[in-house]
Amino acid sequence: MSVIVVLIGISLFVAIGFLVAFLWAVKSGQYNDTYTPSIRMLFDDEKKQKKDNQ
Amino acid sequence: MELERFSYDNKIVKQFGIATIVWGVVGMLVGLLIASQLFYPALNFNLQYTTFGRIRPIHTNAVIFAFVGNAIFMGVYHSLQRLCKARMYSDLLSKIHFWGWQLIIVVAAVTLALGFTTSKEYAELEWPIDIAITLIWVAFGINMFGTIFKRREKHLYVAIWFYIATWVTVAILHIVNSIEIPVAFWKSYPVYAGVQDALVQWWYGHNAVAFFLTTPYLGLMYYYLPKAAKRPIYSYKLSIIHFWSLIFIYIWAGPHHLLYSALPDWAQSLGTAFSIMLIAPSWGGMINGLLTLRGAWDKVRQDPILKFMVVAVTAYGMATFEGPMLSLKNVNAIAHFTDWIIAHVHIGALGWNGFLTFGILYWLIPKLWKTELFSKKLANIHFWLGTLGIVFYASSMYWSGITQSLMWKQFTPLGTLQYPNFLETTLQIIPMYMIRATGGLLYLSGVLLMVYNLYKTAKQGTFEDNEAAEAPALVKVEDPFVKGKRHRWLEGKPIQFLLVSMVVVMIGGLVEFIPTFLVKSNIPTIASVHPYTPLELQGRDIYIREGCVGCHSQLIRPFRSETERYGEYSKAGEYVYDHPFLWGSKRTGPDLHREGGKYPNMWHYLHMENPSSMSPGSIMPAFPWLLTQNLDTTTTVAKISAMRSIGVPYPAGYEKYANQDLNAQADSIANDLMKAGVPAENNKEIIALIAYLQRLGTDIKVNKQQVQK
Repeated sequence: MSVIVVLIGISLFVAIGFLVAFLWAVKSGQYNDTYTPSIRMLFDDEKKQKKDNQ
Repeated sequence: MELERFSYDNKIVKQFGIATIVWGVVGMLVGLLIASQLFYPALNFNLQYTTFGRIRPIHTNAVIFAFVGNAIFMGVYHSLQRLCKARMYSDLLSKIHFWGWQLIIVVAAVTLALGFTTSKEYAELEWPIDIAITLIWVAFGINMFGTIFKRREKHLYVAIWFYIATWVTVAILHIVNSIEIPVAFWKSYPVYAGVQDALVQWWYGHNAVAFFLTTPYLGLMYYYLPKAAKRPIYSYKLSIIHFWSLIFIYIWAGPHHLLYSALPDWAQSLGTAFSIMLIAPSWGGMINGLLTLRGAWDKVRQDPILKFMVVAVTAYGMATFEGPMLSLKNVNAIAHFTDWIIAHVHIGALGWNGFLTFGILYWLIPKLWKTELFSKKLANIHFWLGTLGIVFYASSMYWSGITQSLMWKQFTPLGTLQYPNFLETTLQIIPMYMIRATGGLLYLSGVLLMVYNLYKTAKQGTFEDNEAAEAPALVKVEDPFVKGKRHRWLEGKPIQFLLVSMVVVMIGGLVEFIPTFLVKSNIPTIASVHPYTPLELQGRDIYIREGCVGCHSQLIRPFRSETERYGEYSKAGEYVYDHPFLWGSKRTGPDLHREGGKYPNMWHYLHMENPSSMSPGSIMPAFPWLLTQNLDTTTTVAKISAMRSIGVPYPAGYEKYANQDLNAQADSIANDLMKAGVPAENNKEIIALIAYLQRLGTDIKVNKQQVQK
């Protein structure tokens, strides 16, 4: 039954990792801007097209 | 800020694109073939290599891992470079990934046709291929994360998160479900048995749908739908919420594949509850996709690309509503094991995956070849052929599933089964099988039009392997793996997402796994259940090789309609030596869990030789080669040893005598057949298969007799 110890160990590690990672994600500012990324992804092609025309 | 000049690798996108199209046609063609075999069994050409049981997994693996798989890689390699404003991390890894994946597909197709299979759905491939898949997946991961590390765009667009979650979860799923012990180069047994194997398998199977057919495609939707519609996604906030909630909830829903089974009740209820919760994030994605087109519906009328995408997203919405409904126990009681489930998965596969792929291809191929689509009209015809195909396919399968299920459950006023002969319910739905094949034919015809259309498009354009691009450099990120820089490394966002998604996914899995593995009361042991005899074990492996599990379940649910038809309902303790479990997911033929002792040996012999001789009108293919091929007994020693190493209590040293027992049992069966007037030799494969079939479910019957004594 030593597998219990192993599995509980893994799950604890994983759970704590989740908590740390989640807190960090909120603090990191990845979600500070939730609008411009959706616009920005549209543009890269059009810039290139302009370049092609020049 | 200074602009950096670099180039996008378009060649790898082209390669994956071509592979998508080629394998798509192959996979669908095999699908059409097996669909036709169900009403015209002779279409197996009387060859073991093209018989339903062996090529059904070729169909499912080809459309999932070859068609959809290559489409995912095409989309990821195209969109990731642009979203990160960086070339793929390593051209060599791209190359290894592409050719490695294609090699795996070819080897998979060949080995499945040869009967090398683990029998676990969507994980049928044997251990050497499992290892190859792991290596190629790691190459893909390094390439993807490498690209994300050297990106020139700080923010990770929502599509990238979906790609990351896909990579992480598929890696975990694949490894956990593939833990098996090799017996020979092309043969292995999973370490899990019975109920545990079933739980692991459907945790995998469900999440293969979630993280191979859904999350990467949502990522593709978040990139290609706004691109094709030339407008931003409806709500970027919604996409963020939808992503995190989806990956958190999806991983818990696997047990809904095992309702009313021998799986513990609490695990079943957990699966159902989370399946219902899944509606919210799934529909968040659908609504986000559809509302992106608000105010642009006139475009949808004109543009076949948007038409494909709209139907794809709608099909996603329908399938993700239907899924939770099917996981309600009372609905599942009717739908499980029937064609209803086939309809459900094909709404997802043909509608969501197929149509989104076609939409992307129609958008991407002209773009890569710098030209216009060859014919909009042909694309429109493809759209309507495909849509009609889906309608034919789904409606016939709904009809057939519900009809057959109701017939299975129908009692006469006297309380006996109205249709005690299973075959009668099969014959009733044969016309539906024909309509289904017609739907598939329409769908495939549309795809062939697309192949022509895209070929002509490419022909009229010019392709550039490397597309020049420029972008300002991002503030230099130092090498994250250098010692002393761990803090910086921890702050790297890709790792962030890797960690978070892995954790989210694993918690769900672990909470379901640990108790079932470790709480002994979950699997009641039954004193009369014994390991298989060597001959039965060999027979079981033939059962696995021929893919019998594709059409026959071994799981009698605790309904009166099933216990009347098949016998005592299945107990968890009966499966403790089943490596792998063979519960099946579809009853094209009757359940076999209590098959043992139902018919004489001679019946099985003649039935395998030609099923319609025993059951006129049967759509089961004949297996005449079992009567002529010799049983390979050289593997017995390795098989017994392998089984013992994973917990089956064969006595120490038994493998040395196993073949003596095997021969003795084979002799008795052959003698019995001889007495019945069938001249059978005792060294043929059929003898082993009969031994296995006659053993099925008899442990409990033995028990009853003992109790009576």
